[in-house]
Amino acid sequence: MSDVCIVGAGIHPFGRTEGRDGMDQGIFAVKQALADSGIEWKDVEFAFGGSAASGNADNMVSQLGLTGIQFINVSNGCATGGSALNAAVSAIKSGEYEMGMAVGFDKHPRGAFNADPSSYGLPNWYGEAGYMLTVQFFGAKIMRYLHEHNISRETLGRVAEKAFRNGVKTDHAWRRSEVDLETIMNAPMICDPLTKYMFCSPAEGAVALILASEKKAKELGVPIIRLKSSVMRTRPPGSFEVFAASIDNERGGTATEIASKAAFEQAGMGPEDIDIAQLQDTESGAEIMHMAENGFCKPGDQEQWLLEGWSEINGKLPINTDGGCLACGEPIGASGLRQVYENVVQLRGTAGARQVPGDPKTAYTQVYGAPGVSAVTILQR
Amino acid sequence: MSAQPIADNLFTEDMSALVGARNRETGHIFFPLPLTPDDNIEPIRLASRGTVWTYTVQRFPPKAPYAGPTDPEKFKPYAVAYVSLPGQTMVETRLTGVDVDDVKIGMEVELTAIPLDPDAPPEEQKLIHAFKPVQGE
Repeated sequence: MSDVCIVGAGIHPFGRTEGRDGMDQGIFAVKQALADSGIEWKDVEFAFGGSAASGNADNMVSQLGLTGIQFINVSNGCATGGSALNAAVSAIKSGEYEMGMAVGFDKHPRGAFNADPSSYGLPNWYGEAGYMLTVQFFGAKIMRYLHEHNISRETLGRVAEKAFRNGVKTDHAWRRSEVDLETIMNAPMICDPLTKYMFCSPAEGAVALILASEKKAKELGVPIIRLKSSVMRTRPPGSFEVFAASIDNERGGTATEIASKAAFEQAGMGPEDIDIAQLQDTESGAEIMHMAENGFCKPGDQEQWLLEGWSEINGKLPINTDGGCLACGEPIGASGLRQVYENVVQLRGTAGARQVPGDPKTAYTQVYGAPGVSAVTILQR
Repeated sequence: MSAQPIADNLFTEDMSALVGARNRETGHIFFPLPLTPDDNIEPIRLASRGTVWTYTVQRFPPKAPYAGPTDPEKFKPYAVAYVSLPGQTMVETRLTGVDVDDVKIGMEVELTAIPLDPDAPPEEQKLIHAFKPVQGE
C-alpha cells in the first residue's frame, strides 16, 4: 500500500504571545503549513483538529475560508494532536480523500490545569485533603522508577539541562537560555525528586500539518516525508496513572509500550532503525521512563545514556532535539504535533543550529497523557 | 462535638481501618468505595499495616480544592505515599510521624487519622487518613 505523506508543516512559536488567542495561533500555523506545501486553503479537502482550552477547531473556517470542507473536532486530552493526525492518516488511507490537514492549538493561563475530583470519578475529600495535584503523581512515579532501576537524581537534572541547551537553538521554543546542572539540582523542590526546572509549564502554541496521498504528494513536487506509522492506544491493566486513590499491587504495562510496539510493527522497523526521537517529557522523569517504554534502552541504562550524552543532538539517538515540553511548554492540543513538526524539519535537513548530523532518515514521536493515553508516529524520508 | 472524618465511608465506624471496595465478580480490590452504589461492589475492611511502595513530598501549598492550611508562612510540606497493603491494593495516603526527608521506600507503616488543619478549633477539625511508621521495628 502507498504511504501517507506530510507535504507541509507550520508552527506558531510556543510560549506566551500576548494579544493573540489560541485559535489565531492555530490560523498562523495553518497559513504557514499551506505556504510550505505550496497549496491554498481551497485545496484542503478535510481537516481534523482540536484544542483543550481554546475553542472548537472547526471555527477556524470562518477565518480560513468557507469552502465547505469536512472539519472534525478532536478532544483527546494530551493526545489530541496525535489523535487528529491519526484520523487524518486514516481518511487518506481509506482512499476517500487525497489531501487534508491535522491541526492543534492551545493557550493555557499561567498555573493552569486545576483539576476537579468529580470529573475523575473521585470523591470531594480527595481534592480537599491535598491529592488533586498532577505534580505529586509525577514525583511519586519517578521516585519508584529511580529506586527500582538504580538511577540517580542527577540523571533527572541532565535531562532538563539537555532540554534547555537544545531550546537555545530552537526558533519555536519558549525557554531560550541554558540552565546548568547545579542550578537545576539546587532549585526549589516541587514534588520530590523533581525540582522546578524539571517540570514543563502550561503554555501556548499551535501546529498544522498538511497530509497527502503519495500520488498527490508527488504531483506537488515538495520534499516528501512518509508517515510509516501513526498509532494511538489507551492503558492496559495495572498501569500507574494520575489521580489514582489506589493502584494495584500487581503492576502492569503502559499505554506507551502498547502504542510503541504497534507502531514498530506497522512500520516494519525496530528501535534500532530510528535516527531521531521526540518523547513526551512533561517532566524529566517522563523522558527517562519513555526511553525504555519505547524500546530505545533497557530500564536502568538511562543513567549511562545521559552521562555519555547519547541522547544529545550529536549522540547516537538524539532525543527531544527542540528541547521538548521542558523548553517549549505544553499547549495540550498542539504538543504532540510539535514533535512531528520537529521531525519533519529534521528529516528535511532544515533544522539549522539544532540539525541532527549524519543525514537522518527515520524519526519517531511519542506523546503521553492523562488518563493513560499514548500516540506514536514514525516518519521516514 | 469532636473532630469528624472528612467524609463518610472513608474509615470504618471505629476508625481502625479504611473502607475499600471489592468487585464481587473479579475479586479486584480498590480504594475508596465508589460514591455510586453498585450491586457488584462490596465494601471491605482494608489492612491497617503495609509498606511504602513509593512517595513524594508536596513542597508548596496546593490550590483549590485543597481545604487545608495554605498560608505560605505556615504551610508544612507533607509526604504523599502509595502504601502497599498485602493481598489487597496500594492506597494513596499522607505519611505522618516521620520527617519528610526521612521517608524511605519499603518503610513499614500503619494507619492513623490526622486533622487536615491542626490549628482549627477541635469541633471544626476534619480527620483525614495517614500512615505512620510502625514503632519499635
